[in-house]
Amino acid sequence: MAHAHEPDVSDILARWREHGRSGLLPCLIEAQERHGWLSPALCAQIGRALRVPLADVYGVASFYSLLYTEPVGRYVVRLCDDVTCYGHGSAPLADVCRAALGVEPGQTSPDGLVTFELHPCLGYCERAPCLMINAHVYGPLGAQGAQELLGRLRAGEPLPHTAHADPAPPPAFSLEGEGMLLARVGRVDPSSLADYEAHGGYLGLREALRRTPAQVVEAVKASGLTGRGGAAFPTGIKWESAARQPAEPKYVVCNADESEPGTFKDRLLMEADPFAVLEGMTIAAYAVGASRGYIYVRGEFHAAHRRLAGAVAAAREAGYLGERILGTDFTFDVELRRGAGAYVCGEETALFESIEGKRGMPRQKPPFPTEQGLFGRPTVINNVETLANVPLILARGPAWFRSTGPQQAPGPKLFCLSGAVARPGVYEATMNVALRELVERAIPREEIRAVLVGGAAGTFLAPDQLDTPATPDGLSTVGAALGSGALIVVGGSADMLAVVERITRFFAHESCGKCYPCQLGTYRQWEIVRRWQGGRRRPDDVERLHDVAHAMREASICGLGQTAANALLSALAWLNGPEKPEGTHGSAGDGDH
Amino acid sequence: MDRQVTVTIDGRQTSVPADMTVLEAAATVGLHVPRLCYHPRLTPPAVCRLCVVEWEGARTLVPACVARVRDGAVIHTDSERVRRARRTILELLHSAVDLGEAPEILALGEAIGADPHRFADGERRAFPVYEDNPFYVRDYDKCVLCWRCVQACGDDMQFTYALSLGRRGFHTHIATFFGAPMPETTCVFCGNCVGVCPTGALKGLEEYLLEQGVPAERLWEEKQRFRPSAEA
Repeated sequence: MAHAHEPDVSDILARWREHGRSGLLPCLIEAQERHGWLSPALCAQIGRALRVPLADVYGVASFYSLLYTEPVGRYVVRLCDDVTCYGHGSAPLADVCRAALGVEPGQTSPDGLVTFELHPCLGYCERAPCLMINAHVYGPLGAQGAQELLGRLRAGEPLPHTAHADPAPPPAFSLEGEGMLLARVGRVDPSSLADYEAHGGYLGLREALRRTPAQVVEAVKASGLTGRGGAAFPTGIKWESAARQPAEPKYVVCNADESEPGTFKDRLLMEADPFAVLEGMTIAAYAVGASRGYIYVRGEFHAAHRRLAGAVAAAREAGYLGERILGTDFTFDVELRRGAGAYVCGEETALFESIEGKRGMPRQKPPFPTEQGLFGRPTVINNVETLANVPLILARGPAWFRSTGPQQAPGPKLFCLSGAVARPGVYEATMNVALRELVERAIPREEIRAVLVGGAAGTFLAPDQLDTPATPDGLSTVGAALGSGALIVVGGSADMLAVVERITRFFAHESCGKCYPCQLGTYRQWEIVRRWQGGRRRPDDVERLHDVAHAMREASICGLGQTAANALLSALAWLNGPEKPEGTHGSAGDGDH
Repeated sequence: MDRQVTVTIDGRQTSVPADMTVLEAAATVGLHVPRLCYHPRLTPPAVCRLCVVEWEGARTLVPACVARVRDGAVIHTDSERVRRARRTILELLHSAVDLGEAPEILALGEAIGADPHRFADGERRAFPVYEDNPFYVRDYDKCVLCWRCVQACGDDMQFTYALSLGRRGFHTHIATFFGAPMPETTCVFCGNCVGVCPTGALKGLEEYLLEQGVPAERLWEEKQRFRPSAEA
């Protein structure tokens, strides 16, 4: 094996060495940032320093899509080609990029300057169509803008990114007044702890610390708060279960790996109100008796990561984190971790594996995280938005929270509107809001063909199904679930088959490969849809897809496989309907196949 | 654990220790639940999902190899819901992997009516045969990713850690460090991986050479190519 120039990463290794295997992913990320890619020599250095078997180092490095085990260009251009960006013309834009860069998707220019990739949803849907160049996001981009930007890159001219000032967070709108979760967004300086305090920040923690941990658990139970990550599990019950465990230490993990296509609400909170997330975590830790917390931030969310890092440092400095918080004998601190390109790590046990320095593959449950979670210890893992609700509950009282919105699902909820709308963004409402109202607030740009509710793992609804409220019961009457809160509006001009192809491609790309139904099923359903795009259908295709769906739904280990057929099956009504007769789907507007 | 629980499996009631898996409990009433990745000497990775059973009240099917019984559980190991999942998984496996030397898996498929050609229009996983050491060959066209070799090489038997999984999804494969040939890894050639492989993906070199038509009297000569060269 050629050992070319071996860069010095000893400072990185020194910082992470004491973490052992848990330092593996951070070391790989940081080493790659310095060297461009993860060479065998670099991986061997890391493995020896952290005492991780070299085969395992390679196993981890080759698992994550943002890590490269082969050389790539100095610049990696990732054009989002997922459902939302597709609706905004990512396919013709791909041709523009290809021409401007002189590089085909998946290839690196011969001079080593640039690698060009078509990428699943980058999580910046309000900027569709968008692309990233290394850590910087650009969008919305027209053909001319892309040509200019990539022309500069090719010519070696400086790019118009603002290296230190963070880009604006997504637009946020509240359906009623100033909103609850959004009350500070856009009004508070997210880099200032003092400003956070001046806007009601840390009142919830102060209130919590006046009570016993058990009373805090009771308050959250009484509020009726349910998880905002997708599964809608009652938060208080989760906390109670972890609080009851005798094993020590316990952990609180904030799941900030928001990766569901069309979803960017957690990113908004992290970018615009990061202290609220920290405050929620700190209250959770006090309630369940945890001494340590982790925030696992999606790898593409660079600005959010910087904001949180600043917030953690400021909170520590001011005594909101660390030993004897606010003069009590409660001690809690938080460590930030970055993901490296794996949707599946949004699954809670896969996220634990990732923090532990392993491939991000889900575990069989039970045992549940509250019993054996991170490092095998009792762990509360909550979504960013869930945690941001917690300070509100403590500060204003569970009764207030419970009385907000429908009984079944109280409290504020953030919805992500994107696609064929003029005003994409994060919308706050309560869950009795009708889907139609949300869509109309975002101002459809054209006739609506369908709305994809819940992202890639979600369900397509027809325009006449949008009067249902966003409650679990309401959505179940139309066979849908809110999931992450994404609503992607598919316009009348979109090719539904091209949309579905992207969803099936997404799951094939993101399956971790652990269990057979998902490892094989996601790939086969993508292949079948691609054949349809070529106009070739088999009479038994629909039956085969239903059987694959059954196997994935019933027998997969985790939610990824269990939901990987939802959108496809719900789209069959469109794909088999009279508007698109069989076998007539060319891929004229779909330049990448 | 001494505590006993009562469960009903395919209509047969049985009293078993509370820490038993469904797989073990089923065996006490004479039921053999189909399985592939499971091996009695290894930690069950629960990846093949062929042993899934229907547990009344559970949202999805559950893997019998790791699910522990609970008092009062009513379990069906051979319902249509179970058979449809199992059959489809076997059909998918047929479409991606060469099962020609996996008679047990072939028998499972036949017994449940899996059509080996149902997804034959899909891509197959294709690898070169790795002949890189004098003891065994690796023919990953036959690999079902049951993880047994990785576990035998690691914590469950040998503590050698020469193997891991590489990449992900359909493209997951058994990997050494950047694909290094076995002699350059930590492999100690214990043979445990070959012993637990259920599909012939790992095979003793001599057996492989004989199958390739190498006459027995030439085996020794054939193996000389793996002798370390003088300058190494």
